[in-house]
Amino acid sequence: MTLETIAERLSLKCKCCWEHLKKEVSGGYAGDLLSDVMANSAAGNIWVTRQVHQNIVAVAALKEHAAVIIVQGATPEKETLEKATREGIPILVSDMAEFELVGRLHRLLYPEQA
Amino acid sequence: MPDTEYGRFLQGSFEVHGRDFVDAGLVSSQIKKGLKAKGIDEDIIRRIAIIAFEAEVNIISYATVGTISYYILPDAIIFEAIDEGKGIEDIELALQEGYSTADDSIREMGFGAGMGLANIRKSSDVFEITSEPGRGTRVKCTIMLNGQNICKEN
Repeated sequence: MTLETIAERLSLKCKCCWEHLKKEVSGGYAGDLLSDVMANSAAGNIWVTRQVHQNIVAVAALKEHAAVIIVQGATPEKETLEKATREGIPILVSDMAEFELVGRLHRLLYPEQA
Repeated sequence: MPDTEYGRFLQGSFEVHGRDFVDAGLVSSQIKKGLKAKGIDEDIIRRIAIIAFEAEVNIISYATVGTISYYILPDAIIFEAIDEGKGIEDIELALQEGYSTADDSIREMGFGAGMGLANIRKSSDVFEITSEPGRGTRVKCTIMLNGQNICKEN
């Protein structure tokens, strides 16, 4: 499934790198501890987090994530969006809480398990 | 350049400054690019990216200044992080997952979960750490290129 479809179905707002929304997503990972995400997420994942600072871009770029979704209506810092634009990592935001967003995202990516 | 027996295999050496959270990940990203350019196996690059990122964040979080170097030997990659700083009082404790001396400012950014050194050890085939409290810490990781996994700790 592409980022574009996910963004549309979950009403996510894209904050940067619109040109990368055709990217395919390999799966998802949720977490706010950067070491946990570094160790356990995979390339192509869409990463769901409540963190907003620019270090999330460093992690997403190193792990080659498809995109980052920031939950709970949090606003990514200006520096985060600048860095994400340089690295080509789309930052999407949602008003949903992390639990709600992850639940819906999982149903969307794995309908056979719903 | 660090004076070691594998010095001639040096691929890159980078200085990392304490409290420089803005640039966290920059050195790891450069090492990753360097390894990709050399055609190193993707799985090995993934492991070294974890090692490099955690080591870089450790220097930024706890040291004054440090140097991260990596070497490509014929059969292994050696990663080395040497810093000047407060060092580690109890290495065994510091290696326990969940143990951390991070302050709130570090934790607020999602660091300081006490997983860093454990992740470095897990991602290495050979992991060596020495530290002198009040002076600094040296972490050396060997990642075999031929799939061997030699577990030697401390």
